[in-house]
Amino acid sequence: MDPSSLQQSPTAATPQAAPIKMRASNVNFYYGKFQALHNISLDIATNKVTAMIGPSGCGKSTFLRNLNRINETLRDTRIEGEITLDGEDILDKDVTEIRRRIGMVFQRPNPFPKSIFENIIYGPKINGMLKGRNAAEIVEKSLRRAALWDEAKDKLHESAYALSGGQQQRLCIARALAVDPEVLLLDEPCSALDPIATAKIEDLLVGLKDQCTIVIVTHNMQQAARVADTTGFFLLGKLIEHDKTDVIFKNPSKRETEDYITGRFG
Amino acid sequence: MPIKTTPRNRWRNAVNDVMLSLTAVCAFLTVSALFTILGYLLYNGGKSVDLNFFTKLPLAPGQDGGGMANAIVGSATIVILASVIGLPIGFFAGIYLAEFSPKKFGFLIRYTADLLNGVPSIIIGIFAWTVVVRPFHQFSALAGSLALSLMLIPITARGTEQFLLEVPRTMREGALALGAPMWVTIMTVIVPAARKGIMTSMILGVARISGETAPLLFTALGNQFWADGLMQPTASLPAMIFTHATAPYDDWHRQAWAAGLVLLGLVFVANITARMIVSRGASLPK
Repeated sequence: MDPSSLQQSPTAATPQAAPIKMRASNVNFYYGKFQALHNISLDIATNKVTAMIGPSGCGKSTFLRNLNRINETLRDTRIEGEITLDGEDILDKDVTEIRRRIGMVFQRPNPFPKSIFENIIYGPKINGMLKGRNAAEIVEKSLRRAALWDEAKDKLHESAYALSGGQQQRLCIARALAVDPEVLLLDEPCSALDPIATAKIEDLLVGLKDQCTIVIVTHNMQQAARVADTTGFFLLGKLIEHDKTDVIFKNPSKRETEDYITGRFG
Repeated sequence: MPIKTTPRNRWRNAVNDVMLSLTAVCAFLTVSALFTILGYLLYNGGKSVDLNFFTKLPLAPGQDGGGMANAIVGSATIVILASVIGLPIGFFAGIYLAEFSPKKFGFLIRYTADLLNGVPSIIIGIFAWTVVVRPFHQFSALAGSLALSLMLIPITARGTEQFLLEVPRTMREGALALGAPMWVTIMTVIVPAARKGIMTSMILGVARISGETAPLLFTALGNQFWADGLMQPTASLPAMIFTHATAPYDDWHRQAWAAGLVLLGLVFVANITARMIVSRGASLPK
C-alpha cells in the first residue's frame, strides 16, 4: 500500500466531548532518517480507556512511548509537534516528573531483581514520596489496586521472579500505580500472557479507569473491543481513524479500518 | 541390497578415530600441564611452608627459620592499594562505556582499554618507573600500586561494561518510566542486576594483578625487611620469588617455591570465591 495515499480523518482527534487529559498535535517521530509517525493528532479522554490497534510496525507502540518520552532514551531519535498533559506541553518539562505522572507497563513483565515489596516501593522511594507515609501501606494499597494482594501478601519479601508471568505483569502494574500516576500507558501488556491472566488484567483495567486515564496498545482487536471506550486505528505511521470503540468495530468510516477489522490484512 | 562396509567407510572411520583421539590427547596435555605445575609447587613448596614462613622476615642464606611475612603483607598492601585506585576508576569507566558513551568515542575508549589490557606488564613497569619512581628518586609501594592499578583499570572497565550490557533494556525502561533519572536507574537497578558479574570480573582482575612481577621490580623493588610506610621500597611475593629463585642458594630456592605455593593458593581462593558468587543462581531471568 502506498503510504501517501492514506488520508487521516480530520475528525480523528475528537471522537467525543469528554474532558481531555492528554493531547497530541501534529506529532512526527523519526528513528534516524526513518519517519515512524506522520502528523499524529489524538485526544485522550480523562478517565477513559483509549486503545490503539493496527498491524505490526504501524507506529502504535512508538506513539505510546512518546507519551511518557521513554523513546528519548533510544539513540538517534527525534520528535516534532506537541504533546500536552492537562494542557501543558510535556516535551519541554522535567522528564522525570512527566514520567512520574504518566506511568507505563511494558510488553513483557519487567520486575526488578528485587523482592515484591522492594519492586513496589521503588517508585515512591526514588520520587521522595515516602516521607511521612507508611511503606507497607503503599505496598498493600498498590497490590490491591492491581488485584494481586491476595496472591502476594504472604511472599512480599520473596523475589519478584517467584511469581508467574501474569502475576509479574500485575506486579508491574502495581509498581506503576504506587507513584499515583494520572495516566497509565500499557504497551501490549498481555501479549506474553495466557488467556486467564489476560482476562484478569482486562478486568483490572476497566476497574482502574475511575482512578486514572488509561492508554493501551494491543494487537488483539477483541481486547480493544472489550476494554476500550475509544479506539484509534494506526497504519503505516498514520492515525487512520479514532472513534468510539463500537463505531470503529461496527461502522468504521474508513475503508482501511474496515479491511483491518474484518481481517482482510494485518 | 546388502549393507556392505566399503574401504571408504573403513577409511572414514579410521580418520574419525584418529581425530577424536587427538582431541583427547590435547585435552590431556592441557590438564596435565596444569597439574604438573601444581604438583611441582606442592612438592617443592610444601616442604618449606611452615609457620615461620608466615611470621618471620627473610634470613641470609644458610640460616634456617626465615620467612616472608614482609612480602605477604607487602603484596597485600600493594594489591589492596591498587584495587582502591583501580577498581572504582574501572567501574565508573565501565558504566560510562555501557550507558553513556557516544558511538565513536565509546569505540575509542573500548579500543584503548583493550590495547592497555594487552600491553606487556614489563612496559607498564617501565612506564611507572619513569613517571613515578624516577622523579621522586624513590622506589615505593605506592608506585607499585599505581603500576598494578593501570593493569586493573581496563580489566574492570571492560568487565563492568560487558555485564551491564547484559541487563535487558526493558529493565532500564521500567525504572526510567517510574521517573528515575538515568544515574539513579543505573545505581539502583542496573548495577544491582549485574552485581555478580561485575564482582566476578573485579575479583579475577585482582587475582591477575596479584601475580604480576615485572611492574613491581621497577616500582616497589623489594625489601628484605619491613617497609616503613607506603613511600618505601616494599617486598612482594612475586618479586621475592624472582630474587630468591635467581640467587645461587638452595635454601633460598626452597623459599621461592614456598612463596610460589602461597601466591598460587591466594589466586586459587580468589578464583573459587568468584565462581561461588556467580553460581549462586543467576540474578536475571533468562
